Amino acid sequence: MPGGTLRRKKLTEAVPQALPLVPFLAVVTVFLVIPTVTVIVNAFVVDGAFSLRRVGGLFSSTALGALGSSVMLSASTAVIGAVLGAVLAWLIASSPATSMVRRAVISLCSVLAQFGGVALAFAFLATIGINGVLTVWAQQAFGWNLSGSGWLYSLTGLVLVYTYFQIPLMVIVFLPALEGLRTQWREAAVSLGASRWQYFREVAVPLLTPAFLGSALLLFANAFAAYATAAALVSQGSPIVPLLIRSALTSEVILGQSGFAYALALEMIVVVALVMVAYNVLVRRTARWLR
Amino acid sequence: MKRAARAGLWVVFGLFFLFPLYAMADFSTRNLIAGGRTWQAWANLVTDHALYQAIVISLLLAVFTVVAMLVILVPTMIWVRLRAPWAMGVVEFLCLLPLTIPALVIVVGLRNVYLWVTYFLGESALTLTFVYVVLVLPFAYRALDAALSSIDLQTLTEAARSLGAGWTTTILRIVVPNIWSGILSAAFISIAVVLGEYTIASLSGYDTLQVQIVAIGKTDGPTSVAASLAVLLFGFALLLALSLVTRGRRRVQGVTA
Repeated sequence: MPGGTLRRKKLTEAVPQALPLVPFLAVVTVFLVIPTVTVIVNAFVVDGAFSLRRVGGLFSSTALGALGSSVMLSASTAVIGAVLGAVLAWLIASSPATSMVRRAVISLCSVLAQFGGVALAFAFLATIGINGVLTVWAQQAFGWNLSGSGWLYSLTGLVLVYTYFQIPLMVIVFLPALEGLRTQWREAAVSLGASRWQYFREVAVPLLTPAFLGSALLLFANAFAAYATAAALVSQGSPIVPLLIRSALTSEVILGQSGFAYALALEMIVVVALVMVAYNVLVRRTARWLR
Repeated sequence: MKRAARAGLWVVFGLFFLFPLYAMADFSTRNLIAGGRTWQAWANLVTDHALYQAIVISLLLAVFTVVAMLVILVPTMIWVRLRAPWAMGVVEFLCLLPLTIPALVIVVGLRNVYLWVTYFLGESALTLTFVYVVLVLPFAYRALDAALSSIDLQTLTEAARSLGAGWTTTILRIVVPNIWSGILSAAFISIAVVLGEYTIASLSGYDTLQVQIVAIGKTDGPTSVAASLAVLLFGFALLLALSLVTRGRRRVQGVTA
């Protein structure tokens, strides 16, 4: 059969095959791909010509300061969240699999980790804000002023509030790896004479390390891209990148540059994409023994 | 000793996570002027006109998003598995892409697209449905993918088609009832995402529930706290119900991030 007819035959088969995919591809293209490409293109194109002005703005002291704070915030909450979340996941994993408590804890973790947003900011305002419940108690009982100097609205406050969704996220992403540790491996180690500590150090830790590091990276990306909680808590000033994007979007005149939001968004894509690539590498290593 | 340490850890975690929730309940029912308790903040959820409107809009958005997501995603995923396996990688990649492209980035690049959307469909908060479908794709994809993997799709559809069923009948009456748990978890998670979404709505200037909560918070803290707690509890109830519905399956795929 000549190559031409073969190709034409493939084409006539491929088109009806691809046709039902059109609605899906259309929505994803218009509302995900085009916005992303718009950001990347507009970061480099000003008034129809290539320009490094917007990207250059990323190296101003304001933008670099925000990037530094964002990285600090994401890294510290990723480490705290990963360590404490792993401990909580271990507590959950060693409880009975079908218990109501366990279902409730995991559901609560999902809500806090993924859908909290604004609500978490208000949770902490109600707890240690100026009129917060804990603030009032501490004031009456010990005369302490917990909300002093408004630290809740600063970077320190964000670290505290972010751990409130980072720990649950760690539980959700790390629990499957923890549950994937088979009891047989432990029995094998013990029957070969290993102590509890030896099993932990020489079997469990090496197996779980890629999953742990991968989860920590996911936490970092999650904190770096989080917007709602910080936006609800900090109404003025832009200490971190997401809030700097907000002021660039709403004022359009920050640093005397309109369209600066595109460059900042590009910065965010680059950081998150780098972290996610590393995450995928680590996940693939875990997947080898998980299933 | 070991049991004591474990119990101690449970208490510490319990306090850290439950105290703020308790504080929200306490804070939203406190009567700041006369002392004692008041349900005024909770009553505002219905009596405050702007807030009530925002709640209605968010609920409508949740319904529209779930319907649109199912209509777009279910046939696509079935089709890819049956007739276009070559597109499987692309579809999966696109579905999981929103995990890597933050909502904040989407909203920055969305302005031009929305000029067209509002030109064709008018200036309504409900146009957010399209973006929200994209936002819930990763969660919905995982839930549906797990359900579709657990059935013998090829045999089921071939049997239905050889008995004379068209594609619509096959999907609606044969496949859908078999992947019901996956559809349910995709829907529940999407509802939770839409009700909690703030980034895109606020930066596009639409008054959804979360946007109103923040706006009201500047003057009336207790009402915002009441609304926030209501959303959290609603999301918790949804996901708990989901984990009970899918009882017996060891891992609920859709709930993992």
